[in-house]
Amino acid sequence: MKQFMVFVRKEFYHVFRDRRTLLILFGLPVMQILLFGYALTTEIKNAQIIVVDHAGDAASQQLTTMIAASKYFDISASDKSDEDIYKAFKKGKVKCAVVFPAGFGNDLLNGQVAHIQIIADASDPNTAKTLTNYLTAIMGEYQQQINPTANIPMRIEPVTRMLYNPELNGSMNFVPGVMALVLMIICTTLTSVSIVREKEMGTMEILLVSPFKPTYVVLAKAVPYLALSLIDLIIILLLAVVALDMPIRGSIVLLFLESTLFIICCLSLGLLISSVTRSQQTAMMVSMMGMMLPTILFTGFIFPLENMPLPLQFISNLLPSRWFYVIVKAVMLKGLGIGVIWKETLVLAGMTVLLLTISIKSFKTRLS
Amino acid sequence: MDTVILQHVSKSYEKDVPPALQDVSFSVKKGELFGLIGPDGAGKSTIFRILTTLLLSDKGTATVAGYDVVKNYHEIRSCVGYMPGKFSLYQDLTIEENLHFFATLFGTTVEANYALIKDIYEQIAPFKNRRAGKLSGGMKQKLALCCALVHRPEVLFLDEPTTGVDAVSRKEFWEMLQRLKQEGITIVVSTPYMDEASLCERIALIQTGQILSIDTPANIIKAYPGKLYALTAQKVYLLLKDTRQYAGIAQCYAAGDSLHLSFKDEAKDHPASLLSWLESKGHKGVSIEEITPDIEDCFIAKTSIHE
Repeated sequence: MKQFMVFVRKEFYHVFRDRRTLLILFGLPVMQILLFGYALTTEIKNAQIIVVDHAGDAASQQLTTMIAASKYFDISASDKSDEDIYKAFKKGKVKCAVVFPAGFGNDLLNGQVAHIQIIADASDPNTAKTLTNYLTAIMGEYQQQINPTANIPMRIEPVTRMLYNPELNGSMNFVPGVMALVLMIICTTLTSVSIVREKEMGTMEILLVSPFKPTYVVLAKAVPYLALSLIDLIIILLLAVVALDMPIRGSIVLLFLESTLFIICCLSLGLLISSVTRSQQTAMMVSMMGMMLPTILFTGFIFPLENMPLPLQFISNLLPSRWFYVIVKAVMLKGLGIGVIWKETLVLAGMTVLLLTISIKSFKTRLS
Repeated sequence: MDTVILQHVSKSYEKDVPPALQDVSFSVKKGELFGLIGPDGAGKSTIFRILTTLLLSDKGTATVAGYDVVKNYHEIRSCVGYMPGKFSLYQDLTIEENLHFFATLFGTTVEANYALIKDIYEQIAPFKNRRAGKLSGGMKQKLALCCALVHRPEVLFLDEPTTGVDAVSRKEFWEMLQRLKQEGITIVVSTPYMDEASLCERIALIQTGQILSIDTPANIIKAYPGKLYALTAQKVYLLLKDTRQYAGIAQCYAAGDSLHLSFKDEAKDHPASLLSWLESKGHKGVSIEEITPDIEDCFIAKTSIHE
């Protein structure tokens, strides 16, 4: 036991004396959370738009003001000719243009159908669709304002309610995903590199020629990184709550327990990587590059898994992060308990046991 | 029973490459200072790794302190000290932290066996808060030796401890080994430096995975076949080229600032006839005298017979 403790302390020395490790450990999660929370979002804010007002009446001006007031649009120019609009689109500066025809207000007030032309840059179909939806919504709102008592017969009015995330805050989706991503990358990279470093530096030779059991070497390596990853988890959660206004609706204890399980799972994966690689560089490449891309693609927080072809869905099931993502979303955002996520928890636990057994078994008691 | 016994040990790493060890057998008595002498790539490190249970041999058996290296590897790991050829301590830990770590790992404390490492540790103690990576070569070796000794091992395996260490530190290091021997520790040490061989009680000359001979340094020198001569002249390089042309020469090689040579047939070829032949070639100030061979000469003689 004393041997174990002294080994763990040695590992902490290694971490705190190496700037590169510290940077990965504490710089990476902060950077990722802030990047995904603020910079990389699918929401559209301040899209450049051109408004061409051939009508110039009260109605068109009121609508223009409403568009300008919305946070989605920035009116970059108005009163342009049709040719100018096309030029602006070609330059790629504007995403959208709104054209009021002459007599727009008249048509509207006289009970006729009033037309507005919306031109959108559909080279990015999602953005184009989103922007036209926003514009349509603004127009609908205006219509309600000027004619609140209008009674159109046989009208369906959908009453939508955005559950868990009424403001459609994009970081709600990203934070659980980034948590899974960051913990996965950090745990696998650091553990695999730390064991391979012992091989590369030759210290593994001395460790093996000692009464300290090789199995304990593996476990003593995992313990410090488990502790450090839990600190990372706290940092991520604090950042998410304080900086990104994320709620934690479920039990925080359950969230911690599930995260600990996920961390142990990733540590085991790191240990496994370390026993099959020989140099720190390879270990780094395998765990960072090899894990980063699949985690981003197949966890489900960027590309919905349901839309993927079956073989890819199958691959995604092999990733621990995919299950953890579901768990975090359920606990953090929906406030659900273990009763709902027991299946995912079981899958994670199974993966952990499997990976840990393989990595302890494949740890060599001699040099290869 | 001898402390270290190797019997007919062979080991090859890859199929198409010559084996690292071929039928190696030797034994080391209790409390002996035993040297493995041979150039780089001779197989010294492989022997150490088999004895320290890090590698499995393909053929043959080996025991250390009475334990079989395959079956009882766990017992061996607690009673030997091993210092690998490459400096293998934690570079980002200080001298004190390294020593404390290895002491605890072996289930002991620095204080318990301090008497054994005191002489060595006191030399590096002034720098005990310095990280191991920032030490000089000599100090690194002393620290590594302390770490290998801190649990008072029965057998100490030192793989090229003096490679890359300055001459003064090398001398000090061998003095330390003599003192450890008096403590009753069996020491197996390897070195590529032939001049260190005479500091061992018994040595094994090893070349391309095979043992050339095992004996005390004095006996190995005594067994040198024939006579050895040292030849000097003004221009040594030309002298070497010309002497090798001489028909009766068995071996001729540079050693320091003179040439060492031996004749194929002492009765037919005399130093005198070589001398006059060389003078006819235009060499000036040529002189020749018979000398006592050292281990290096013996090694070269053995290697040529072997080939």
